Amino acid sequence: MPLHVEKICHRYGSVEALADVTFDIADGETVALIGPSGCGKSTLLGILGGLLEPSDGKVTLSGPPPADSLNPFTYIFQDFALLPWRSVAGNVGLALEHRPLAAGERRERVAQALALTGLSEFAAAYPKQLSGGMRQRVGIARALVVRPAVLLLDEPLSALDAQTRELLMEDLLAIWAREKSTRVYVTHNLEEAARLADRVVVLSRRPGRIREIFTIEVPVAERGQPQHAGLLAEVHRRLWALIRDEVVTADREMQHA
Amino acid sequence: MPDANQRPIPFRGGGFDPRPRRLLPWIVFFLLIAAWQAASSAGLLPPLFMPSPAAIARAFAELWSNGTLVEHIAASLKRIVPGWLIGTAAGLAVGLAMGIFSAARAAGLPIVSALFPIPKIALLPLLIMWFGIGEPSKVATIALGVFFPTVIAAYTACDAVPRNLIRMGQSFGLPATDIVAKILLPGAMPGILAGFRISASVALLLVVAAEMIGAQHGIGAFVLAAGNLMQTDQLLAGVVMLSVLGLLISWGLGIVERSVLRWR
Repeated sequence: MPLHVEKICHRYGSVEALADVTFDIADGETVALIGPSGCGKSTLLGILGGLLEPSDGKVTLSGPPPADSLNPFTYIFQDFALLPWRSVAGNVGLALEHRPLAAGERRERVAQALALTGLSEFAAAYPKQLSGGMRQRVGIARALVVRPAVLLLDEPLSALDAQTRELLMEDLLAIWAREKSTRVYVTHNLEEAARLADRVVVLSRRPGRIREIFTIEVPVAERGQPQHAGLLAEVHRRLWALIRDEVVTADREMQHA
Repeated sequence: MPDANQRPIPFRGGGFDPRPRRLLPWIVFFLLIAAWQAASSAGLLPPLFMPSPAAIARAFAELWSNGTLVEHIAASLKRIVPGWLIGTAAGLAVGLAMGIFSAARAAGLPIVSALFPIPKIALLPLLIMWFGIGEPSKVATIALGVFFPTVIAAYTACDAVPRNLIRMGQSFGLPATDIVAKILLPGAMPGILAGFRISASVALLLVVAAEMIGAQHGIGAFVLAAGNLMQTDQLLAGVVMLSVLGLLISWGLGIVERSVLRWR
């Protein structure tokens, strides 16, 4: 589902978080948002998902959402946002409980989402019994169960260790190859942006403005191949060159603040 | 090649890590009782002011078997149970409203903050004027005493529910009623149940105080009467009964907590 972000501005009181952000997202595309801390990446994601009202500007859609999508704009959260009093299946099923579905279909959808994320045998477990990686898989399953048209990922791997992050990146790519959706991926991690995104929107330090929109020419599915290792390293180097000075300045500004 | 200067790194960790010791509390308890009994038997404690544990146990057994304690405890429970239920229901309604709605918070917080510190027993004379000397004034005192800590426990428990869980519910399009029922209330339950423990002890305190001021029956009235007659063994038997009642309430709330908060 194509999205159009038009002249988005956002203020928190006297603090200007985003200024004049405009870009388009094509149907089925993965766009990563990167930038220094406090540049408004998560704010922009909140606006895209309708959880925040922009001070100015608008986000529009082209065309209707897919008929089978129960929640067209669906989040995956950095801190998983799981209900500790519900089991894995209960957390995944939460997203369906208020939808007009038969109990059997609800169970079937939950079972499918758990199978897709490798969680079938953990359906009865509680979040505290799971590792960080498994918890995020529950967050992913909960997002997939509603068949989203636009998946909004707010630093989904940042709370995980490097090895788990690597595994989950592979899982995300495998899931994305099967489940069609448009994706907006907020991250601090340039490697994740280079591995997962079709385009990278680089934001400046606060107030976040678009510094550059960077297209990665190699298809996402082929980036794991050894011949593209050099290209990914080059993408990483260029992204870092774009934001390095901004990161240093933003860090100093936050210290002074 | 072993080096003569080699030495193990000294251990500097450990401690500051409370662990349950099952036997120790019982050992300490029995040692204290034994020391008390020994001091009484040796004539170090005057029985009129500090009767021995054995004398208290005898008085307790006699009062229990002739039904005196049961009669007074039943009278106290008839005040505690409705008082606690009314105060808790009203406190939960107001506290949850303050936890959910900004307007209710803005309107209620100054009033709650101003009235909470007042010792509720000081209002008993006023409540007697309103409701008469009978049961309603005592029940109302307990309800008032329970109401304020319950309000505070309920709205602070709502505040303690991570906002990201609520945003998650909103992001999946959950209706507001579902967000309250499936996210806010279960998330606030640990704080609410902790508040129940406090309000139960407040109810116990207030029933004793109210019964000491104006009642013929009830454990507070019994303890006061025993004191007036210098029957210190019976007085302390009444205090033991209060302790047992407090422990029973705590045990009951523990069962509720373990059942409701099984996920913890």
